[in-house]
Amino acid sequence: MDNPSPYWFLVVFGAVALVFPLIPLGLARLWFLVFSPQKPSKEKNAVYECGLESKGDSWLQMKVHYYLYAIVFLIVDVEAVFLIPFAAAYASLPIGAIVAMLFFVLLVAEGLVWAWGRGFLEWK
Amino acid sequence: MTLVERIDQAPLLLQRWAVSFFPALLQPWVAMLISAAAIIGVFASLFALSTLAERKGLGRIQNRPGPNRVGPFGMLQPLADGIKMLIKEDIVPLRADKVLHFLAPIALIVPSLLVYSVLPIGRNLIAMQCQLGVLLFFAIGASTELSIFMAGWGSHNKYSLLGSIRAIAQMISYELPMVLAAVTVILATSSLDTVNIVEAQAGGFWAWHAFTPWGAIALLTFFICALAESNRAPFDLPEAESELIAGHLTEYSGFKYALFFMAEYLGMMAISGMAITLFLGGWQAPLPILNFIPSWMWFFGKLACFVVLFIWIRGTLPRLRADQLMNLAWKFLLPIALLNIGLAGLWVKSSGWIAWPISVILLGLAIVGLGRLLRGSRPRGGKRIYRYAD
Amino acid sequence: MPSFIFYLFALVTLGFGLLVVTARNPVTSALSLASSFVGLAALFISLDAYFIGIIQILVYAGAVMVLFLFIIMLMDIKAEEGKKTNNGALVGGCLLAVLLVLQVIMVSGAFHGERTVGDLDTAAAIGKAAGTELPTIANDLREGSLPDTKLMGYALFDRYGFHLQVVGLLLLVGTVGVVMLSKRDTAAKEAGN
Repeated sequence: MDNPSPYWFLVVFGAVALVFPLIPLGLARLWFLVFSPQKPSKEKNAVYECGLESKGDSWLQMKVHYYLYAIVFLIVDVEAVFLIPFAAAYASLPIGAIVAMLFFVLLVAEGLVWAWGRGFLEWK
Repeated sequence: MTLVERIDQAPLLLQRWAVSFFPALLQPWVAMLISAAAIIGVFASLFALSTLAERKGLGRIQNRPGPNRVGPFGMLQPLADGIKMLIKEDIVPLRADKVLHFLAPIALIVPSLLVYSVLPIGRNLIAMQCQLGVLLFFAIGASTELSIFMAGWGSHNKYSLLGSIRAIAQMISYELPMVLAAVTVILATSSLDTVNIVEAQAGGFWAWHAFTPWGAIALLTFFICALAESNRAPFDLPEAESELIAGHLTEYSGFKYALFFMAEYLGMMAISGMAITLFLGGWQAPLPILNFIPSWMWFFGKLACFVVLFIWIRGTLPRLRADQLMNLAWKFLLPIALLNIGLAGLWVKSSGWIAWPISVILLGLAIVGLGRLLRGSRPRGGKRIYRYAD
Repeated sequence: MPSFIFYLFALVTLGFGLLVVTARNPVTSALSLASSFVGLAALFISLDAYFIGIIQILVYAGAVMVLFLFIIMLMDIKAEEGKKTNNGALVGGCLLAVLLVLQVIMVSGAFHGERTVGDLDTAAAIGKAAGTELPTIANDLREGSLPDTKLMGYALFDRYGFHLQVVGLLLLVGTVGVVMLSKRDTAAKEAGN
């Protein structure tokens, strides 16, 4: 282990970054336990909602549009993932491969244009 | 080594000097720890500075002095703010999911810091040089979406949940054009390594990617997406206080709130740093004559310009509407970014001069055409209908 | 050391995977799944499969998890929490797990000897790459780093160009299908309201 892989840095840095927010949070907690008067009450610890008591369940059901955007995002994201190795190898690729990629991008873009034309990308 | 080189490499030399006190087996690990601590120290102080700059700048824009009581010219305001945040009571709502509520700010700040590991802040000054630097930056950046959801869900508050869902929808929409804008640079340099990308732009400002037709458009796209990804004005809908109180931040107080605040600024500076690396020559000086100024000073100078630009935009532009926000990402930036990749490919294969007129004509047509399309989709006249979120 | 790290991340992956199945709250399940993906990505990276490892985070922990969360937000969570375990699904799941284990045993039985970057005949690879149209790849090999992204790009777009078109077609069909299905759902909902 004389030459650790550079990716080890992520592990070390991740551990340090995890400790970094915990120190002030611990200090704040200590201050709270030692110096602050502790006066919890029902009103103070209620969720904030315009100053009135919260009604109904707060885990709302969202509308379907968010899901539509997420699925289109996923598809275009996969396309972007294909584009990245293509871009990295572009300088040494023959013309046939570039044409293949162009067709691929156009295929995915066609789906996007179709969804746009049918009005599925309208925010309501 | 000349004095200029010595100053240029000072952080690296200091690190080597400190590491030399440890046994050989531990040395790489100690070096990593020092890099990690240095990144956190430097960028956390920059965060404090930029909060002050933001409050002063916004104050000036709004014709008021801004903070001017703590220390000379209010310079110690960030310190006072920090102490205040530490001793404020941390209120956790009774109904909240305690574990998620506690984990969310930590899960947000860790990736916000981790992205700095692939940013080259000077010649040889990079914490982790890896072949997939650019990709790693976006991958780690994408995981902050989950942290924001944790905050919104864990608070058990309707506004928090709505705000976090809006934030995620906004972030995923703007992530696509951002990644595609970065692909143009990968195409031109055939490398995903941030160090290689900076070195490919050596020689002077005319070699920077921002001074090619595709690079200019990609930089603009990237910058707009950077504004949206860091939830800054004019894209601060998820935190719109008049509609959603403060979105996912509503139920956070004390130092947890400070952590969210810090993550926002860290994210802003990280994305600016990436924009500098990809398009504005990273730590390279704009003219070869100016090479005597240390490389890291160029990086931080460019970063400061970006932060000022962010503050200026926040003080100037009104907030977008939700449908404008989505339309801008999906119907304007995304097609432009896709077209731009094609033009970058043409540029690489055709060696310059022919690509200029073609790029300008095609991009001009696309921007004008898409802009008209967007204007056409705007609801015009008639009665405005307001709906409650469902 | 590598085996220690393998067991650590394998434990993370499996532990969170278990939590995905056992947690009653769908959001807890989803977030555990994301953590499990991160462990899996670390495993890929420790196997020198950097590109796949990072894509695992970008696409799965980023895009797919957001999709899952939005789907969860479409459901009625209270009803899900109170649901009894579906016995049929449990048996089916166990059967699938057994099948997967069998498959893993068969695949690892057919695998002889290790082939890693270290075993690669670098000189031959450089010569081959420099002889064809891969000068940038030859440079990377000379510097001692494996350009896995570039090699992947070269293989994908040069050799498997046709397969790529099939993937593109699949993505197109996926877009159209999912948009049509969810559109029908919204139309029905709006008619109901």
